[in-house]
Amino acid sequence: MKRRIIWLIGAIIILSILGIIIFYSIPILFYPDLPFVPFFQRCFYILLFCALFCLYRILKGPTAPDRVVAIDILGILIVGFCSVLGIPTGRSWYIDIGIAWALQSFIATIALAKYIEGKDFDE
Amino acid sequence: MKSRIALFILAFLVWMCLCWSFDWQHVFIGVLVACFIAFMTGDMFVERTHLLRSPKRYFWFLYYIPLFVWECFKANIDVAYRVGHPDLPIKPGIVKVKTKLKSDAGLTFLANSITLTPGTLSVDVDKENGFLYVHWINAKDIERATQLIVHKFERILKRIFE
Amino acid sequence: MNNINDITGMIFIGVGLFFDFFGCLGLVRLPDLYNRLQASTKCVTFGTCSILFGTFLMLGFTAAGIKALLCIVFLLLTAPVSAHALARGAHISGVKLWEKSVCDKYESSKASGSSGDEKGKKGKRT
Repeated sequence: MKRRIIWLIGAIIILSILGIIIFYSIPILFYPDLPFVPFFQRCFYILLFCALFCLYRILKGPTAPDRVVAIDILGILIVGFCSVLGIPTGRSWYIDIGIAWALQSFIATIALAKYIEGKDFDE
Repeated sequence: MKSRIALFILAFLVWMCLCWSFDWQHVFIGVLVACFIAFMTGDMFVERTHLLRSPKRYFWFLYYIPLFVWECFKANIDVAYRVGHPDLPIKPGIVKVKTKLKSDAGLTFLANSITLTPGTLSVDVDKENGFLYVHWINAKDIERATQLIVHKFERILKRIFE
Repeated sequence: MNNINDITGMIFIGVGLFFDFFGCLGLVRLPDLYNRLQASTKCVTFGTCSILFGTFLMLGFTAAGIKALLCIVFLLLTAPVSAHALARGAHISGVKLWEKSVCDKYESSKASGSSGDEKGKKGKRT
């Protein structure tokens, strides 16, 4: 029963934040005369909200592998972030940054996984 | 040698897709870079080059792609349901499944497909005996795990990579 | 014609955002490392691929659109491999499963002494 109440409170908070993002226009530094700016502005804020969850897991994670998982997911999110930024600003080199970021994030995750494998993480 | 030629064609195609312009300068630099890559790392790209010449495998690969995307979509709906539910209806466990694939590329594709399909995540591969260790988020039937997880992809990947 | 492409791309980007959001929510809500890895890898990979495909639909066959398609292929090849390497490394270093887990066949087989070797860099040679 207690669990349901906590779930309800969390759902209300998350839905209200999403509602604020979707229904109010928060200003951002895009050029206002380019096309599709209101849509991509909201995409931008929703992706920032997702990255906030990853940051929570990085700060709170009980063991080191949890933090590495969150860093990996944050790297994949940033690729989507770059491609969302690329269209309304009209600068297509953001997608190049996305490709380079994906490559570097993959190599970093493999290296961190190899590093974790050699250590013992007890409780 | 055939492996080097295949790697050269692949590297050149990726280069031409990356700089989407057909000047002679871009083509020239692309040929140089692709030659260098094929000369340095060509001998470990494909071991069995005779597989590249049979067109039936490409058709099976084209059949494999929409199946994979559909399974992926189902997996995402499944995860969204499990995460959004207030009671977290999960029953996790690591099960051991058996596979008949032998080659490296086939095992890699099988492990990737298992990771991206509903409720499963491949943890380790035992290559000599042909076992896969799979973390299953809803371990409802441990004995029939092989049939439930592996079977539908193995049937197609066997025709592509073996 | 152009308008239809734009609207379809926006729908794809919206679906991708939906799945990204649920993946990150799973990263916070689920109880142990393997479940988190499972939910977040699946959802965030598919969501980001959907966002990139929407980008490709909006940009068309230009240089940036083709780069978005290449990025999809690259993500689909690498994200499961890194998730797999992380799960294996965490299990070897001794991270426990959730206490309500059903079974752990990997632990029992590791105790008997047959474990795989050098699996980490396997995805580079597909």
